[in-house]
Amino acid sequence: MTPWNHKNRSKSGQPLVEPLMPLALIWLLITLALAVAPHAGELPVWLTLLFYAVAGWRGVIAVRNQALPPRWLLLPLALLVGAGVLIEYRTLLGRDAGVALLTAMTACKLLETRGLRDGVVLVFLGYLLVMSNLLYSQEILMVAWLFAVVVVMLAAQTMIYRQHAGLTGFAPLRLAGKMLVQAIPVMLILFVLFPRIPGPLWGLPKDAYQGRTGLSEEMSPGSVSELSKSDEVAFRVRFMNSPPPLRQLYWRGPVLWNFDGRKWTRHEELQANTPVAFTPEGAVVEYAVIMEPSNRRWLLALDLPASLPPRTGMTPSFQLLRDQPVNEVYRYEVHSYPAYRTGELTTLERSRALRLPGRGNPRAQELAAEWRARDPRPEALVNAALTLFREQAFYYTLTPPLLGVNSVDDFLFRTRQGFCEHYASAFVFLMRSAGVPARIVTGYQGGERNAMGDYLIVRQADAHAWAEVWLPERGWVRVDPTSAVAPNRIHEGLYAAVADPGSLPFLMRRGGSSEWLRQLALSWDLLNNSWNEWVLAYGPDRQKELLSGLGFGPVDWGEMTIAMIVALSGFGLIFTALRWRRRFARDPVARSWQRFCARLARRGLARGPHEGPLAFTERVAMQRPELAVPAQEIGKLYGALRYGPVAPAAAVRRLQQLTRRFRA
Amino acid sequence: MLQNLRRRFETWVVRRHPPATDPVALTRRRLYILPTRYGYAFAALLFLLFLWAVNYSNSMGFAFTFLLAAVALNSMWRAHDNLLGLVIHPGVAEPVFAGQAARFSYRLEQPGLDPRYGVALQWRDGLPQYVDVPAQGSATVMLTIPAERRGWLQPGPIRVLTRFPLGLLQAWSWVTFERSGLAYPRPRGRRPLPASLPGGGGSSIGEQGLGSEDYAGFRSYAPGDSPRRIAWKAVTRGGPLLVKRFTDQARPELWLDWRLLGIDNVEPRLEQLCQWVLQADGAGLQYGLWLPGRQIPPASGAVHRRRCLEALALFRYEGQR
Repeated sequence: MTPWNHKNRSKSGQPLVEPLMPLALIWLLITLALAVAPHAGELPVWLTLLFYAVAGWRGVIAVRNQALPPRWLLLPLALLVGAGVLIEYRTLLGRDAGVALLTAMTACKLLETRGLRDGVVLVFLGYLLVMSNLLYSQEILMVAWLFAVVVVMLAAQTMIYRQHAGLTGFAPLRLAGKMLVQAIPVMLILFVLFPRIPGPLWGLPKDAYQGRTGLSEEMSPGSVSELSKSDEVAFRVRFMNSPPPLRQLYWRGPVLWNFDGRKWTRHEELQANTPVAFTPEGAVVEYAVIMEPSNRRWLLALDLPASLPPRTGMTPSFQLLRDQPVNEVYRYEVHSYPAYRTGELTTLERSRALRLPGRGNPRAQELAAEWRARDPRPEALVNAALTLFREQAFYYTLTPPLLGVNSVDDFLFRTRQGFCEHYASAFVFLMRSAGVPARIVTGYQGGERNAMGDYLIVRQADAHAWAEVWLPERGWVRVDPTSAVAPNRIHEGLYAAVADPGSLPFLMRRGGSSEWLRQLALSWDLLNNSWNEWVLAYGPDRQKELLSGLGFGPVDWGEMTIAMIVALSGFGLIFTALRWRRRFARDPVARSWQRFCARLARRGLARGPHEGPLAFTERVAMQRPELAVPAQEIGKLYGALRYGPVAPAAAVRRLQQLTRRFRA
Repeated sequence: MLQNLRRRFETWVVRRHPPATDPVALTRRRLYILPTRYGYAFAALLFLLFLWAVNYSNSMGFAFTFLLAAVALNSMWRAHDNLLGLVIHPGVAEPVFAGQAARFSYRLEQPGLDPRYGVALQWRDGLPQYVDVPAQGSATVMLTIPAERRGWLQPGPIRVLTRFPLGLLQAWSWVTFERSGLAYPRPRGRRPLPASLPGGGGSSIGEQGLGSEDYAGFRSYAPGDSPRRIAWKAVTRGGPLLVKRFTDQARPELWLDWRLLGIDNVEPRLEQLCQWVLQADGAGLQYGLWLPGRQIPPASGAVHRRRCLEALALFRYEGQR
């Protein structure tokens, strides 16, 4: 047994159960209920109900001092609940099932909570529950909620010890709050300087980042218009210099080469660790993107990116790919050239950019052959297609009719109503049929400027698909067929362009009676953006950037550790100094007396440890009669102030005065 | 190995802070702090949370882990400060007989302005006795310590400890006080009381001659006097505590004599003498105690009994630890 442990055993060797304070248990139940509350949306209803029922029941048992359910009941119950989770999720691993299991086991633990040790286990489970909430949301409101949960949890942790029962009422909460506030500087130092390791360390469960909408690496009719129903933020952008106009903001995402007649898919491409070369024409645009977690590897950048963020490569299609999927709020800086000229096409690329499915869509192919016979120049063919879209009765709509097997024919000659993916797909098909190398680019277009924060918000509803054709003189050239049908989409955004703006999500609408609400939402977004940019996006890359930016040059983790230790020690010193000062400031009587004793000690009259103030000053008076009068008064005053019932302020001042003047 | 290390540490600590006779103030140099079982478990929990945060690249997960770590650090100096400056006064215990348990009461004083919560005293591996010490006040802790031998009781190092506020760390100190209580010999032995001698001075009213037979006026109260003899009527009239005096006619005198016992060993002799003292006192007899080098003339009463028992407890004590 180690010297710091209690040995609480009765004579028979049975360990005694240290009791848990019932009041603390009530607090603990409240905290756990608060910690589980944000999960209520994801957990199966029966489990949520079970948890709260058990917590309530345990509370009643504690208040009425009743007996707990017998122990033999617990194992079957735990197994039953575990089986329930298994049936619900078909697994016990993974994020969702893991959280469900954690909640279920906490409920079971409540039913066998008897002593102090069980209380400690519950507190630890509570901290795990707090953490599990962060896997679902790290937004400001959630973090504020969880902070409050931690305050109560710490108070409960203080109170589970029956020895701390002297803290009554709200004193434990006050203490917990004080501790948390005092802990914040150390937390900040650790947060900023603790060397961050890029995760994950091992494989994550498949459902780790479930429930995220966003662009996928495929495009079929309806897949982009589906996204237009979501006003979730995809990313935010802060421009370093003056931002380009809205119509130039093509945020490049996955580039799709392969077409099977209905669905476009990405082609697996090699990526280089350096930017792919092209000839810029015009000014550079520098900006930082603060990306929401997408669970995808690609990063979005303006056409065409000329630099690479850390741990990122570029494919020959100018697509940025990170080494790990973006599962955290991620901030990266890139610069792009909106005007450019790219290089030659390889034979392989040319054949891929012209490949069509073996059969299907005969009418579209016929139309393309007709155009080609009239004028085989690529520019003329592009114009022919755009003219078709512009002059025939094509409509831009969020709710296009369904298309049949020959999706391109169906769209071009029958329905003529579509969203951007319909136009892009039909356009690339026509170009390839006419012999012009072409490909689909998906991504986002435009965005909403938040004037309050001077940044751009790009939402999922801004998702877009356009085309690129390869022209002999200029290389890859962006052609957006949507702009031929609905020029407003590009110039003013989605709301101005669609025929049915009523089906847009609230935050994508403009004007109207609820405009003030939208402005309010923008203010809230500003707060969220700052939170994302400065707090959530602070990861391994940002950490290195920040420290290098402070003038330390490139920093490795060893230097970072040293910086952290230095900062922590600095804080420790300041903290200790403050405590000392306060200690003395708080006890002027002791300070005066110590000064008095120190002066006498320098003259060889040290106070013995056994001497009280009166005895000591008596001795001083005997040995140094010339000091008798002030010394004895000091002794009497100090004795009265120290051991008397109250310390009158006048007497304290008198003592200070006397000791200050005292010269031995 | 661990046991050995612990013993060496304890002897080092005791040597560092030698036994004191005065109140001991807990200074920085006397305080030690280490994690408790739950503290180590908490460290493991923090490590788990950290891995979780790394694996999910969860920014707030890092913040939460670091916050808990910082709180643990904060609780470390709080535990330390919870003991710092406390003054432990030497324990006092009523005398007991060897083989009984002595109840030591220690006073914990907090001269400062902040109250101290959950401070315990612990003797060896006994249960820690917890108490709260109010600001600029004091609290008393009772420790039950078995008296194994007669003589001065020396409980050895007493641990002052606290786990306030979170129970993750234990701050502690050792205080050792010299002689803090007395143990009389264990009353044991089957020999009957020796025969009494006829009374020496007839009807004397001396200190030794206080009887209970005939009323002989008042004298002022002295500690140890039987409450039955106090003149309560005088007290109710507002007068001083007075004790009625009685005289006995020729009370027999009893000597409890070391030399009467033909036992070789010292301890059994003392135990028998102790038994005799209790029997004689119980019978209300006048008795004297004869020890080599120490004689107590015959008398009776609580004070006399105490004198005799103390003499027995400390007889040839110097050689013993």
